[in-house]
Amino acid sequence: MNVGRRGAEGPARSSTGLTHRIIPCLDVAGGRVVKGVRFKDLTEHGDPAEAARRYAEQGADEIVFLDISAAHERRDTQLDWVRRTAEQVFVPLSVGGGVRGVEDARNLLLAGADKVGINTAAVARPQVLTELAERFGSQCVVISIDARRIAEGESAGDPRWEVVTHGGRSETGRDAIEWVGECVERGAGEILLTSIDGDGTQQGYDLELIRRVCREVPVPVIASGGVGTLEHLAEGLEAGAAAVLAASIFHHGTHTVEEAKRHLAGRFPMRLDDVGSTGGAAEDAR
Amino acid sequence: MSERRVSSGPEVARDDAVDVAAAGRGSASVQIVDLGVGNLGNLQRAVAVCGWRAAITTDPGAVQSARAVLLPGVGAFRPPREALRGELERALRQALADGAWLLGICVGFQLLYEGSEEFGDCDGLALLRGTVRRLPESVPLPHIGWNALRAQDWSHPLLAGVAPGAHAYFVHSFAADAATDEEIVATCLHGREFPAIAGRGRVFGTQFHPEKSGEAVGLRVLTNFLRLAGADDAHAGRERAEVTSR
Repeated sequence: MNVGRRGAEGPARSSTGLTHRIIPCLDVAGGRVVKGVRFKDLTEHGDPAEAARRYAEQGADEIVFLDISAAHERRDTQLDWVRRTAEQVFVPLSVGGGVRGVEDARNLLLAGADKVGINTAAVARPQVLTELAERFGSQCVVISIDARRIAEGESAGDPRWEVVTHGGRSETGRDAIEWVGECVERGAGEILLTSIDGDGTQQGYDLELIRRVCREVPVPVIASGGVGTLEHLAEGLEAGAAAVLAASIFHHGTHTVEEAKRHLAGRFPMRLDDVGSTGGAAEDAR
Repeated sequence: MSERRVSSGPEVARDDAVDVAAAGRGSASVQIVDLGVGNLGNLQRAVAVCGWRAAITTDPGAVQSARAVLLPGVGAFRPPREALRGELERALRQALADGAWLLGICVGFQLLYEGSEEFGDCDGLALLRGTVRRLPESVPLPHIGWNALRAQDWSHPLLAGVAPGAHAYFVHSFAADAATDEEIVATCLHGREFPAIAGRGRVFGTQFHPEKSGEAVGLRVLTNFLRLAGADDAHAGRERAEVTSR
């Protein structure tokens, strides 16, 4: 894959009609939607398929699921929630969490995922990215990177970030910017970039991190971690992200996806076609 | 993907798969050709929501007797092209000669053109006029996301009910360079203007993924195509004639 560089500002608007994506994220455990602050204090919120359908009706451009079930809880039969979601929701679905290799990815894709997110397993064995890309195509390989800012005293000069895993509990010693480049070379088609410092805090994205990563690789970067206001989404797009992901603000009903898109629409190209749709073609046929 | 069985889908689709297996040739009107790539289950689920039953197949007989053929694909041009070559291609061409409708999707759409410049030149089906070329490097590639449809004529039957300027979901780095405007239904802009929906007669295709382009656009275009195929009297006449002759 060609790993070129481009400016953080992205393409000139006149040369593409591409819109920025607004992506709600749902954490799932044991087939139910949960959301915790920094992966602790989990509270249950309901059926993933129902939540995803609600987001799609609000105009979500894509939906990201993170399955945080413990490994022993995750069996093929429990992918039923992916299947039920894919029967009702007709925007791209990305599912990550606990994906170790080709077999896990294949099960998710067969169940109805369009893209598979991989994180810890890729850090442990980067070759898995190549295997996934060769088998299923780069378009469905999303590398999920959790990055923690290295304290300024330790990084001497330019800011640096370290790749962490397990919600920040494990350090890897890898430089996040170098890791991004390697992932794309190995075949990752998109980058889900989470600032672990910001995750769950609602204090906004780590904009410097987004800018650095967007300069490094040409593939779409999905900004994640820290959204508390709609203006935070604007900041992420301004920093160069192709898409912005948020969980809590949509989840707790602070804002709908539609409100987010209307807030951004004057400044960024947004898709508003599905907003308020109650079924369209599907309803006609029923 | 290398899945060669009928994938699990909604109830209607599973029932249909059973029908096909039991009755053999001619019982399923919509056939999704499995060229070994792409998430065919999601296309099958979308067709089901549009009110039709589709089977996923690698069987030339099923393709030849289909009323509507869906030709999906993702990734590179050559693998699905090679998967189609031979008996499946002959069956598809015979089906078209007999009045079947065809919708290519993403790389399946690109296959309808004369050839592709991806990985050196590779021939296509030449059902539409033009060549598949890489999008310009001046924009981020692959082109991933929702982009606006542009059309000269929004009254085209495939666009019925689609709001002018509506968006569809794209994932690709190559796109057709059409040799004639007459075959273009809608275009899209990413580095250059390329066909987003194109075709003529009973052969059409979409560069975007209708099964992932929401209900207001993707499922609408899919429904429009299936309705055109279903309402085609010429084809219905052919089926009646076959029944009579038996």
